[in-house]
Amino acid sequence: MSVQTGVQPSGTSRYEADERGYFGQTWGGRFMPEALVAALDELTEAWHDAMADASFVAEFERILREYAGTPSRLYHAERLSERVGARVLLKREDLNHTGAHKIRNVLGQALLTKRMGKTRVIAETGAGQHGVASATAAAWFDLDCTVYMGAVDTRRQALNVARMQLLGAKVVPVESGSATLKDAINEALRDWVASVDHTAYLFGTAAGPHPFPSMVRDFCRGIGDEARAQCLEQYGVLPDAVAACVGGGSNAIGLFTAFLEDEGVEIHGFEPGGDGVETGRHAATIHAGEAGVLHGARTYVLQDDDGQTVESHSISAGLDYPGVGPQHSWLAAAGRATYTPVTDAQAMDAMALLSRTEGIIPAIESAHAIAGALDVAKRLGQEKGPDATVIINLSGRGDKDMGTAIEWFGLGDAEEGPEADLEQVEADAAPALDTEAQQ
Amino acid sequence: MTSTSTIFERARAEDRAALIGYLPVGYPSVEGSIRAMRAMVEAGCDAIEIGLPYSDPVMDGPTIQAAAQAALDGGVRTADVMRAVEEVAATGAPTLVMTYWNPVERYGVERFATDLAEAGGAGLITPDITPDHGSEWIAAADAHGLDKVFLVAPSSTDERVAMTAHESRGFVYAAAVMGVTGARDATSGLAGPLVDRVRASGDVPVAVGIGVSTGDQAAEVARFADGVIVGSAFVRCLLDHEGDEAAGLDALRSLTADLAEGVRRAR
Repeated sequence: MSVQTGVQPSGTSRYEADERGYFGQTWGGRFMPEALVAALDELTEAWHDAMADASFVAEFERILREYAGTPSRLYHAERLSERVGARVLLKREDLNHTGAHKIRNVLGQALLTKRMGKTRVIAETGAGQHGVASATAAAWFDLDCTVYMGAVDTRRQALNVARMQLLGAKVVPVESGSATLKDAINEALRDWVASVDHTAYLFGTAAGPHPFPSMVRDFCRGIGDEARAQCLEQYGVLPDAVAACVGGGSNAIGLFTAFLEDEGVEIHGFEPGGDGVETGRHAATIHAGEAGVLHGARTYVLQDDDGQTVESHSISAGLDYPGVGPQHSWLAAAGRATYTPVTDAQAMDAMALLSRTEGIIPAIESAHAIAGALDVAKRLGQEKGPDATVIINLSGRGDKDMGTAIEWFGLGDAEEGPEADLEQVEADAAPALDTEAQQ
Repeated sequence: MTSTSTIFERARAEDRAALIGYLPVGYPSVEGSIRAMRAMVEAGCDAIEIGLPYSDPVMDGPTIQAAAQAALDGGVRTADVMRAVEEVAATGAPTLVMTYWNPVERYGVERFATDLAEAGGAGLITPDITPDHGSEWIAAADAHGLDKVFLVAPSSTDERVAMTAHESRGFVYAAAVMGVTGARDATSGLAGPLVDRVRASGDVPVAVGIGVSTGDQAAEVARFADGVIVGSAFVRCLLDHEGDEAAGLDALRSLTADLAEGVRRAR
């Protein structure tokens, strides 16, 4: 199969940022200390040069192909499709090396770091996935690597701390603030202010100051470029909808970008609804936040009346962030994409459903996309019939989430069996359309 | 309101550098921080930077983070900062607010400028807004005659130093080191050349901050800068005497006196 693996220079679409990093003239930008501006300018220039250099692009594509295992499959989930009455296609980013889409971003940024002649990388991580990916890329490219991780998270995710250490990275627990992801970003920025002459900051998502939102998007956009070509090649049509989970939003923007100009394609982002938006314990930033500035970009932010960042909550550590990539804020404001919250419970139901119908254990992040997208697929199936096609980004695999799943469903006791009635969970997660016909 | 430029005129007339002291509002309490800042003025600070605590202070080291977090945990609000400005400005010392941008945007940029001016504030120091991304603040500050203090860093290009000097009013804040706020053992060799570069770009005063904590360091910086900014060392006085306000104020007064002597000793 011949599929273009991604990297294309940014175009001039209305959905792109301008040269100062603003999407729709409002979102994004660079609200950063002057001390970092020279480094951000240097990075912007290096990124533009690299993307215009065919040898850089070819090398990135080679590493992705040979090392990360892209292009990832576009897989027809037949049993799920039958259930919802539409064609459900899963973009299998869970099968990439390190088990998620994030490897694309870190390999791109690390290759750029080498090109810029820097010798050290730093990264922030929440649950540890971006930290592990960064440590992996640093090992492969022989770069020094320091990962900042909230102290609360290092205790919750000791296995990932161990993985990073085995890969050769130094993990620094961050005790300040709420000791979670946002504070890890703060601490990484503090490191960078003092180390910027020889250090690159491998930002973990399509957020932060310009050029990160656009640069991370460019390194992740292979997801959508591949999926679009695969869908056309395998089914001869464009999808009716594409869907992804949105925390910071790198996997989502990586999928969405290829479809922005395809006006007939609905674009759906699913945000972490936590205990339910009405409870206040959630991370549904676009749905329930308000415009503000966080980590260098104007975007939707969970904040109080005085502009102090409010702590977010999600069962999925990878989505547990009180901001969101600014391009998503623009796509929402422009009406090009729709962002809807999915609760912890809905996501966990979808995790069980996908495990039991397709034999795929998804990351809880990706389970948010599954849960939300199945409703979209059902509606489209009713409107357009069973050939209606929905692409869901299966952004990561669920191995890392087994601790949460064990607790949530009461798994692990072979004699007693699961505490939860998983048959019922499976049935409730996506009720079959026509139960009589199936019996 | 009294513009910060007046303190540099006075300092120049006295052949010394000006001393600018920082404390965040709300640590150990709103009233306690106001008393502390007034004590700093009485003991010899020419101007005061009032910190508006923010949840994600990326330019601050552990000392200021600790006090700001305690202030937030204690429930400090933006309205408290305006009240602190009013009470500190009443001493006659120019009083600036220093804060990250989101609390200003959330309060409303125009409303913030209006209330700051009405409280007698001299202006605003914006560590995460550069002039090229600060047009909204620049417009509001200009409309209300407020000082706009932007930062330059050793990494700033000459072009950006010139742009920043041109857009600043009151003074330019020169970050002496590449790094976050906090006391350091030695003063930085990067500050002098940076001050020279600002001077080459115009006649706005230049104050040097980050890392200065003793009278001797203040004296070194005062040899080449118009002003010396001290933050973490003042905050440290309060943190070290938590629960004993009288001792904390004594420590503040004695540090202020040491620094004030330092900025006078240099020349």
